[in-house]
Amino acid sequence: MENILEVEGLGIRLGGAPILRDLTFHLPRGSTLAVIGPNGSGKTVLFRALIGAIPHEGTLRWASGTRFGYVPQKLDIERDLPLTGTDLLAARARIARLPAQDVPAALRRVGLDEDVAARPMGALSGGQFRLVLCALALLGNPNVLLLDEPTAGVDESGQERLRGVLGAIRGEEQATALVISHELSVVVGYATHVLCLGRKTTCFGPPREVLTPEMLDELYGTHVNFDVHDGH
Amino acid sequence: MSTTVIESAIMLVAASAAAGLLGSFVVLRRMVLAADALSHVALPGIGLALLLNINPLAGAMFALLAGTLLIWGIERRGRLSTETIVGVVFSAALALGSLMTSGDELIHALLGRPTELARWELAIGLGAAAGVIVFLTIRRDQILVSIVSRDIARSMGIQLAWLDLQFMLAFAVTVGIGIRYLGVLLMGSLVIIPAATAKLVASSLRRMMFVSVSVAVLSTVVGAFIGAALGRETGPPIVLVAATLFLVALLRKAKR
Repeated sequence: MENILEVEGLGIRLGGAPILRDLTFHLPRGSTLAVIGPNGSGKTVLFRALIGAIPHEGTLRWASGTRFGYVPQKLDIERDLPLTGTDLLAARARIARLPAQDVPAALRRVGLDEDVAARPMGALSGGQFRLVLCALALLGNPNVLLLDEPTAGVDESGQERLRGVLGAIRGEEQATALVISHELSVVVGYATHVLCLGRKTTCFGPPREVLTPEMLDELYGTHVNFDVHDGH
Repeated sequence: MSTTVIESAIMLVAASAAAGLLGSFVVLRRMVLAADALSHVALPGIGLALLLNINPLAGAMFALLAGTLLIWGIERRGRLSTETIVGVVFSAALALGSLMTSGDELIHALLGRPTELARWELAIGLGAAAGVIVFLTIRRDQILVSIVSRDIARSMGIQLAWLDLQFMLAFAVTVGIGIRYLGVLLMGSLVIIPAATAKLVASSLRRMMFVSVSVAVLSTVVGAFIGAALGRETGPPIVLVAATLFLVALLRKAKR
């Protein structure tokens, strides 16, 4: 199977301190990669390097024709700005020269009402805010989705819907998804590959092969009560 | 009404409309301090131009463009240190400029006093204001996304360094065309106060831009009229009118 992403000997330093060291993995097109690891293990940093936001050592190669949809963990703005979700989505649509009706379509996909998206960003709940960002990432038909904790603060039905959207995109459009998540059961439920980033160890492969109890204990530095075969 | 007054009025409206529109993005981008300080860098340019006996506005523009490239270069190296360096460098520029000019010239350069416009100055000024407005209209979406999240903008393939430079140049040009009326000290306020007022009352970006431009144009026209009637510099009354409108918006918001 053709690889959409090839990472070889990747190293990242922030302010002189090594965050990631000698990371190597190949990701086949159409797969769903869950990136897991304790806080501060470099998950977000890895994503930022993948979109070219920070410099790195080693090789990082995307297949040609890659179009990103990116949901960052946080935004650069204060919440009190007079900016609506619709402002942002419409701007994205115009940049990509998409027809105006793609905006309501993206909102329907993530299950967010249009009148909710038309409120100022500061008036949205944490979960609604994440859904706006997910809709933004889906605009422009990305073939690679980079989701940094997309479901943080999203309620159960919203999470369900996002998982459905991910599944649909994977099935219909052969899109690849890279997801940072802290919910191991969710990760194992839909990921085809897992990348674990620990302070001392890393692992990569299908969840059932790499997520052994020993690996999880080593990764988080404490005993994690999770059985990959049960999914809980 | 003489042609001079009409020409000045047209130039004022164009400059303040550009300032109001640009200000919306400056406030959203949280570069208010840097923007204010950057306008001070025009003073040594004016001083140098007076010493060399060339058009003071050409000197101001030159200094502004140099200052812009400097800020841009610093910003590319990391955002954290920008504010500090801007504060130091541009305050020093203001001090240096103050030594190079003196008397009425200094007061006019600091606070603004419209002199008669030559035809070519009017043409260049209007062209520059139109250029800024067209640029902001065309690039509005890219600028907006880059303000919301630089990482999302990057992931969309927006060339941020290039966009930043264009934005800063638009800022320098806007300051350059308004400095004649507002002066080095107060031009930053015409960019910032109307946009800050609009941020208080608007609920969407479109409304914010509309309110900001309206407040900027209204303050400039009313303020310039008051300045002329009192026979004083135009900058202070313009900024006071804008500040009054800001206060009204603040009180209105507090009441709700």
